[in-house]
Amino acid sequence: MAKVAMTVNGRKVSKECEDRTLLVHFIRDNLSLTGTHIGCDTSQCGACVVHMDGKAVKSCSILAAQAAGSEILTIEGLAANGELHPVQAAFKAHHGLQCGFCTPGMVMTAIDMINRHGAELDEKTVRDNLEGNICRCTGYHNIVKAILAAAQEMGAAGRQAAE
Amino acid sequence: MGVEGIGARVARKEDKRFLMGQGRYTDDMSVPGMRYAAFVRSPHAHAKIKSIDTSAAEDMPGVVAVLNGKQMLDDGIGNLICGWMIHSKDGSPMKMGAWRPIAHETVRYVGDAVAVVVADTLGEARDAAEAVVVDYDVLPAVTSAVKALEAGQPQLHPEAPGNLIYDWQIGDADATDAAIAAAAHVTEMTIVNNRLAPNPMEPRAALGIYDSAEDHYTCYTTSQNPHVARLVMSAFYNVAPENKLRVIAPDVGGGFGSKIFIYPEEIVCLWASKRSGVPVKWTSDRTEAFLTDAHGRDHVSTVKMAFDANNRITALKVDTIANFGAYMSLFSSSVPTYLYATLLSGQYNIPAIHANVRAVYTNTATVDAYRGAGRPEATYLVERTVETAARELGVSPAELRRSNFIRSFPHQTPVIMNYDAGDYEASLEAAMKAADWNGFPARKAEAANRGMKRGIGMSCYIEACGIAPSAAVGSLGAGVGLWESAEVRVNAVGTIEVLTGSHSHGQGHETTFAQLVAERFGVPIDSVSIVHGDTDKVQMGMGTYGSRSGAVGMSAIVKALDKVEAKAKKIAAHLMEADESDIVIENGALKVAGTDKTVPWFQMALAAYTAHNLPAGMEPGLKEGAFYDPANFTFPAGCYIAEVEVDPETGKTKIIQFVAADDFGNIINPMIVEGQVHGGIAQGIGQAMLEGVHYDPETGQLLTASYMDYTMPRADDLPSFNVSHQNTPCPNNPLGIKGCGEAGAIGSPPALINAITDAIGNNDLSMPATPQKVWAAARAAAN
Repeated sequence: MAKVAMTVNGRKVSKECEDRTLLVHFIRDNLSLTGTHIGCDTSQCGACVVHMDGKAVKSCSILAAQAAGSEILTIEGLAANGELHPVQAAFKAHHGLQCGFCTPGMVMTAIDMINRHGAELDEKTVRDNLEGNICRCTGYHNIVKAILAAAQEMGAAGRQAAE
Repeated sequence: MGVEGIGARVARKEDKRFLMGQGRYTDDMSVPGMRYAAFVRSPHAHAKIKSIDTSAAEDMPGVVAVLNGKQMLDDGIGNLICGWMIHSKDGSPMKMGAWRPIAHETVRYVGDAVAVVVADTLGEARDAAEAVVVDYDVLPAVTSAVKALEAGQPQLHPEAPGNLIYDWQIGDADATDAAIAAAAHVTEMTIVNNRLAPNPMEPRAALGIYDSAEDHYTCYTTSQNPHVARLVMSAFYNVAPENKLRVIAPDVGGGFGSKIFIYPEEIVCLWASKRSGVPVKWTSDRTEAFLTDAHGRDHVSTVKMAFDANNRITALKVDTIANFGAYMSLFSSSVPTYLYATLLSGQYNIPAIHANVRAVYTNTATVDAYRGAGRPEATYLVERTVETAARELGVSPAELRRSNFIRSFPHQTPVIMNYDAGDYEASLEAAMKAADWNGFPARKAEAANRGMKRGIGMSCYIEACGIAPSAAVGSLGAGVGLWESAEVRVNAVGTIEVLTGSHSHGQGHETTFAQLVAERFGVPIDSVSIVHGDTDKVQMGMGTYGSRSGAVGMSAIVKALDKVEAKAKKIAAHLMEADESDIVIENGALKVAGTDKTVPWFQMALAAYTAHNLPAGMEPGLKEGAFYDPANFTFPAGCYIAEVEVDPETGKTKIIQFVAADDFGNIINPMIVEGQVHGGIAQGIGQAMLEGVHYDPETGQLLTASYMDYTMPRADDLPSFNVSHQNTPCPNNPLGIKGCGEAGAIGSPPALINAITDAIGNNDLSMPATPQKVWAAARAAAN
């Protein structure tokens, strides 16, 4: 057993867990943040993507102990005061989700993608960057649309903030 | 149409919780004292169990119980069953072998459960499961259904000699043979429909909670039909009587058919909870899902399609062998019979059809309904054969289809179905226009200049949804009725709860069903809540599959709304001292037509519950229920066109465009319907180009047991889709709805393969059309 401390969604947490505990299990079982999902055993599906120190990671591919001391952002930490993050809002506006199971990982991946590419994102880049996230419901059509729309909006907002 | 009513692209009410990580799926559930289950599964495809030694496992840290199949048998838990009786052509009933939830004598596929460990943590349960020692006497295995029918092959069940479950037929064999003998041209093909793993992103899970004080069970489970689960677990598996068993299917992360069926694991969790005295949760990992979720398709067929001298189809003869796996899953028997062979007429006027279907046991996972369930297999067979025939006859594939279309309705096919409405030409033309079919030769020439091979292919599909009426499906062998229920509760403040037996696992019922109510009463959709998925809340229902929620589930709601409206009008007429026949409902108010007299909706509702001033003899309250049993199936249809480019150097196929033109009848929410089509097409493209379940033919080991081995369609495998709708309303239900959930998966595989075979000039290509297969077929054609 090990005591693991980190910051999750802006809150300091410290929990006892088995040494072998994966970050995803730490988040789901120790912190009861069940929005981060597990869809496979081989780090292929991306349902468990969270941000660690500002970058997207598959939380099934690292131990909780490896994340000690880091800043973790999960799907639950995105909306501010009940207002959806622009990427969450775009997924809703463009029907980028159906069963909702892959959605948290998709949204976290999309934000990371937009952070890296900004408003310059194009469809090919979005599709390439979604390689690590599997959706079985939407055929990706509306996910791609939602991410492109959010990139435009966030890019525009970013430019406004800079001006 | 209002902004929130029928036909509006209303953003989904359920989205916010999913987007904020507040969805509640079965694996998210946690109750005090809950422990975790891990199954010990057979590593062999076929073996006798000589002994099971659990002593080491029982001593492992955190272990609460290690349970086996013999104990389950002793406790009276019944066999899993198939709920649709099919009779062979000799009149004998299908040969169903025993399926134990936990095997105690024989295992018949890799993944068959032999024991279950309950422990404090998931890690401890899995550690202990590895310490269970099972001594097997390994037997030879067979994984191919064609091979399993041959003499001398391993026998799976004593009840089914030769591994044959049934040998069934439909149609007129003599008329079909005579027409083929007299034909001007006969196209013959062997068609393999590849085996698929459904792969909803949420793996199956179950949480069994036994309350010893009340002698009551609660089961949270990943089900598309919790009421059917309760019925089957109660009536057949002897888990508990219905009044002592509550089944809850909370948020469910996709199903695609695979979560219709009642599997061993939910039964085991309930039984193990009573036996061990703790709530027991099991969650499948992805490899367990590949091993144990019911697979789809897996047909091998031969087909003969006969034409007269005018290229009119005169007959179709089909012989199909269907792989059922090691046991008969809940609705497996219906898939290659009444959901498949009855659709073999396609969109065409075919005077004579005969199909023979043999269902076969093999040492593989079970096979049952997967998105489309029989209809994709029928469409693939018919549409590949028509396309091949066009090439053999030297006529345009569009013209050959057009000249054989059914054009007057209702149309009785030779294989039971009575098509009620359709306009196949309209979808064909819409698709060809959207795809710029006429511009294809120029695009092909341009691609050829770059050394690329362009191809274009189409498919004109038909499907049957909303399987019904119950009496008819009962006469065909179904063990259940296929109606749907609804209850509409108007609260005292006028807000509305709709309880439905349909179950949403991605389809957006919380939005579309609310739109229906908003349209009817002019109330905001935020004042309408949809309740589903809990047998303690909704009395009974048949669930969601076969694209039935719109055509059947919403029709039940309409019936209940009719009753609510009638009573609301009576109350309003009484309050306004008007005649009931003069009352109209508009914009959330009940009005006396032609006057300025009006009662707001909420005031009428309040009057129903204060009951101070109701018409003489009227009961207080405003709540109505309905059961709806459709008069016929519905028949969605459409035309799909794929255009591809094949690199002859590598065999890699790129999809240039994919066009879908669908006739779903009337549509409640076009945004949601388009989403259903997109997802279906992606699964169809997956089947055509990427996906395939493979077992080692000698050992029966599953070779595609993870996402490293089984190719799921990813975003960069797919294009964006060009989707449009035509509309001939269904005449047999109050909303004119046909259903849209499966069309994409039904129509797309033949369009893709027809396009690729067009590009490479070789009709001999099987799914999935991987680069290696395409390269080899292109080379064979070139040489």
